[in-house]
Amino acid sequence: MSASLKELLAGVVVLVSKEAVQHQGISLSMEGLVNLQLSSKSVGVFEAFYNSVKPIQLISSNIEVAKAGKIPGGKTEIPFEFPLQTKGNKVLYETYHGVFVNIQYTLRCDVKRSLLAKDLSRTCEFMVHSQPQKAKVLPTPVDFSITPDTLQNIRERNLLPKFLIRGHLDATNCVISQPLTGEVVVENSQVPIKSIELQLVRVETCGCAEGYARDATEIQNIQIAEGDVCHSLSIPIYMVFPRLFTCPTLETTNFKVEFEVNIVIVLHDDHLITENFPLKLCRI
Amino acid sequence: MAAVQWHSRGRRYEAELQRCRLEATPVDFGDYHPLKPITVTDTKSRRGARKGSTSSSSSSSSSAAPDPLSSMLDGTDPLSMFAAASAGETLCVQDLGRKRREREEEAVGSDFEPWSAKRGEILARFTTTEKLSIGSQRELLNLSQQDYANRIEELNQSLKEAWASDQKVKALKIVIQCSKLLSDTSVIQFYPSKFVLITDILDTFGRLVYERIWTMCSDPRPLPESFSADDVNDTAKETCLNWFFKIASIRELIPRLYVEAAILKCNRFLNKSGIQETLPRLTAMIRGIGDPLVAAYARAYLCRVGMEVAPHLKDSLNRNFFDLLGTFRQIQGDSVQNQLVLQRVEIPEYLTLYSPAINWILQCIAYRAPEDYINCAEIWVEFTCRHFTKREVNTVLADIIKHMTPDRAFEDAYPQLQSVIRKILTYFHDFSVLFSMERFLPFLDMFQKDSVRVEVCRSIMEVFIKHQLEPTRDPVILNAMLHICKTMHDSVNALTLEDEKRSLALLINGFIRMVSFGRDFEQQLSFCVEARATFCNLEPVLVQLIHTVNQLAMETRRVMRGSHSRKTAAFVRACAAYSFITIPSLSSIFCRLSLYLLSGQVALANQCLSQADAFLKAAVSLLPEVPRSISVEGKLRPSEGFLLDFISNFLSTLLVVPDHPEHGVLYLVRGLLNMVQDYTWEDNGDAKLRVYINALPLLAAMSQEAYLYCIPRVDSNETLYGGDPKFLSEINKLCETLIGQVLDHLKALGRDESVRRQAALAFSLFGCLLAHGDLRNNKLNQLAVNLWNLSHKHGHCDTRASVRTLEFMKHQAQQPDMAHLSDTVQRLALQSRT
Repeated sequence: MSASLKELLAGVVVLVSKEAVQHQGISLSMEGLVNLQLSSKSVGVFEAFYNSVKPIQLISSNIEVAKAGKIPGGKTEIPFEFPLQTKGNKVLYETYHGVFVNIQYTLRCDVKRSLLAKDLSRTCEFMVHSQPQKAKVLPTPVDFSITPDTLQNIRERNLLPKFLIRGHLDATNCVISQPLTGEVVVENSQVPIKSIELQLVRVETCGCAEGYARDATEIQNIQIAEGDVCHSLSIPIYMVFPRLFTCPTLETTNFKVEFEVNIVIVLHDDHLITENFPLKLCRI
Repeated sequence: MAAVQWHSRGRRYEAELQRCRLEATPVDFGDYHPLKPITVTDTKSRRGARKGSTSSSSSSSSSAAPDPLSSMLDGTDPLSMFAAASAGETLCVQDLGRKRREREEEAVGSDFEPWSAKRGEILARFTTTEKLSIGSQRELLNLSQQDYANRIEELNQSLKEAWASDQKVKALKIVIQCSKLLSDTSVIQFYPSKFVLITDILDTFGRLVYERIWTMCSDPRPLPESFSADDVNDTAKETCLNWFFKIASIRELIPRLYVEAAILKCNRFLNKSGIQETLPRLTAMIRGIGDPLVAAYARAYLCRVGMEVAPHLKDSLNRNFFDLLGTFRQIQGDSVQNQLVLQRVEIPEYLTLYSPAINWILQCIAYRAPEDYINCAEIWVEFTCRHFTKREVNTVLADIIKHMTPDRAFEDAYPQLQSVIRKILTYFHDFSVLFSMERFLPFLDMFQKDSVRVEVCRSIMEVFIKHQLEPTRDPVILNAMLHICKTMHDSVNALTLEDEKRSLALLINGFIRMVSFGRDFEQQLSFCVEARATFCNLEPVLVQLIHTVNQLAMETRRVMRGSHSRKTAAFVRACAAYSFITIPSLSSIFCRLSLYLLSGQVALANQCLSQADAFLKAAVSLLPEVPRSISVEGKLRPSEGFLLDFISNFLSTLLVVPDHPEHGVLYLVRGLLNMVQDYTWEDNGDAKLRVYINALPLLAAMSQEAYLYCIPRVDSNETLYGGDPKFLSEINKLCETLIGQVLDHLKALGRDESVRRQAALAFSLFGCLLAHGDLRNNKLNQLAVNLWNLSHKHGHCDTRASVRTLEFMKHQAQQPDMAHLSDTVQRLALQSRT
């Protein structure tokens, strides 16, 4: 199931039983929650606002689909519809499964039964995609050129082998449903290349007025070159944004979800060269 | 009027000839004479010789003859006409091409050698005795080749099992694990075989996924074979999309590439352009593979799955090939060289490891690529013709045949193929060389559209006629030319225009005239027999063949100096038989008549008396069938003139034809005259009488002691009868009858008031009497005078002719024995001019 804002969440409750079943009413409850979790390294620092990381409810609704009665044997389908209406000025964020931030929408069906029989319950997740944004997305391409001289955080620059790696990303303002694309060219390299990878990173920030915790974790790592690639030959950069694990870049008062990509070049002597590009994801 | 007795005038032909001959005057070199050979003076060279002259050269070209080529062209020149015509053809070809493209998009045909045909060969060729490893450290380098193959097969089985038990993730993991093995180039000699084994698994996986999604769409009814993404339900689409998302997140490059390629076909469930967009992306992705051998095989795999689903997407195939070439320098790089040293593999052996991959990629690229191919071949053949020998040209032809034959690709390339022929003909004029190219005739076989094939044959024939200057008996040329001519002949059908038939026949005749077996006359005759069977639908060719055979008989006679041996006599009789049975198949009656006559003359010349008789008899019996009007160049014309000409010609031959011993005297003459009598002539004409009058000179000539002409070694009637009075009286009786007929007719004309015709006919008979009758005979003399008077009676006579006749008579009167003519002249009066 998936739904967009101001849409209906519609479907059917399917009940299958060999023989007729007595029940005390069938109900559906829909809920949208943001779960924030502090990383272990942050806990000590932010113990003070322990309470502020309780889940944020985005939407909650309850309906009864059948009054107490009897379901005949066989397959019974009960259709239902939920209007996706938030309380007050709350916004329905896109479904997102991160490490410290989780935005999840669930639908639970409960079948109440008499005292002697156990209540039946089934939960399923449904996806929410935010509505396409109105503003046009400018592609904002970016060129890069990596040499030993452009690198930061190096201890012994003169020990580094010589290399020149150039390339570009077609856009850093990315449409989430479309892949990240670009090109990388190894113009020359003293030491053979072992691998070139694209590392997709999420940066989750949880916080409030008192302070915040910012954690960057890897979502996926895609190898785009393996071995001593041909010099001066452009190698495509191509990465599909994984569903569930990415969402449009999100900034709220309580938390932020941002994304970055690292182009990682591993040399044969295991030197690791990383070039970082912050991305802005959106849905159109 | 009582019958007039005929008396032929005695002739001394030799003496007459001497008297008639003109005096020969030698022509000086500088003198004008119309028959003197034309000397063309090159104005340019003359100008060049005038060194130092400063005079204007404006007059120098004024005397130049007009260019004979340009003067022949009126209106559009033929080259632009061809160009215009071929432009039309190109349009048509493009249209065909579009249809073909639609057909091509579906799938490869049986003309594409499938991968399954290659894999066994690769497995047998790329083997190793070294230990192999699969993935995990435990199994490192401890498997024999057979063990390895078994392990892969086990993986294949566990893939199927996992799939069957709905463990899709496990199945994917197995496939990923297998694909990973392809990044490993240890025991490099085995790599091609490893590729075969592992891609088997990938193929299995691709098929499983495709079938799974397919069955998800089979409710309520199975998808049609040519389904589109619109026919696919959302659940199936979602499942399919999930596979692609899962694969897109595979960490390592090589497994991600191979697994996505394996399910390339599933793009069909998602959208129309999926495959078209994915192939170039995966092609580019291979650039990330550093090892050139691994990359080459990845390309081969991509081409393989690409060909299965979209053989028309040539761009990706080409891109793969060019990328392969572009990265070939990697082989010289340190990474590869070090690896080879480590594995103790020499470069030549290493390079052979590429051959299955490159072979496959090229096969994919070359598949149904005839359009590009033929455009190149058309150009290259000229280069080959110009700089190489027939051997190389033959190789090019063989290659073109090989490329253009599958799927009848030649059908779309007739203009180019014709151009190939044209180019070859430009450079090869020696037909023995041309036809000794083994592939030349098979090449012609590709022209299967009738009109094109005939056009090609025509162009070959035109070159042959232009450049084959010497008669030939070369069996290679003869066979090939017969084949080509037969093709042209066989194109003739009921709808063929007369013009077309005529021009085809002209070309075939050009060939027949160039065939000569020299002294081997029998061979020549049997060639004519074969040619007659081959070209039976083109009458002009049959006519040519009859002429050829007659010529052959005469040539035999010349070689034997007129005296045939038993063998040559039999041969010339065979020639006569050939003509005799060929002539009746011609439809034109005058053609038959003249060929009967001609063949009769040839038979006579060759002392084949009964054959000559048969020919002449056949001609005579054909006469009643001559229609009153015949078609001449599409218009109906009265046949009378032609018939009179023929009969005159025929009569002159009869002089030398000896009477048949079993038939009566003058059997053929009587036969002819009987036919003439019975023939339905024009109602208001005097043709019959003209024939009668024309017969008189023959009869007069027959009554001479020595005939005007004779045929060596053939005894004419002069010898047979030796001036027998009975024979002469037969002739005279016949003359009397003829004259009687003419006189009766003259009388009838008088009654009909057709005095003009009467005058002409009377004058004609008068002329005949004057030339061939003995006017010393009073009765004949009186008849002549009467005829003169009759012709002048009504003033319809041509006075100038009369005057000339009188002058001639006066001139004749001076000859010995002709004095009596002066008296006669006195009695002939010119009509008054009033």
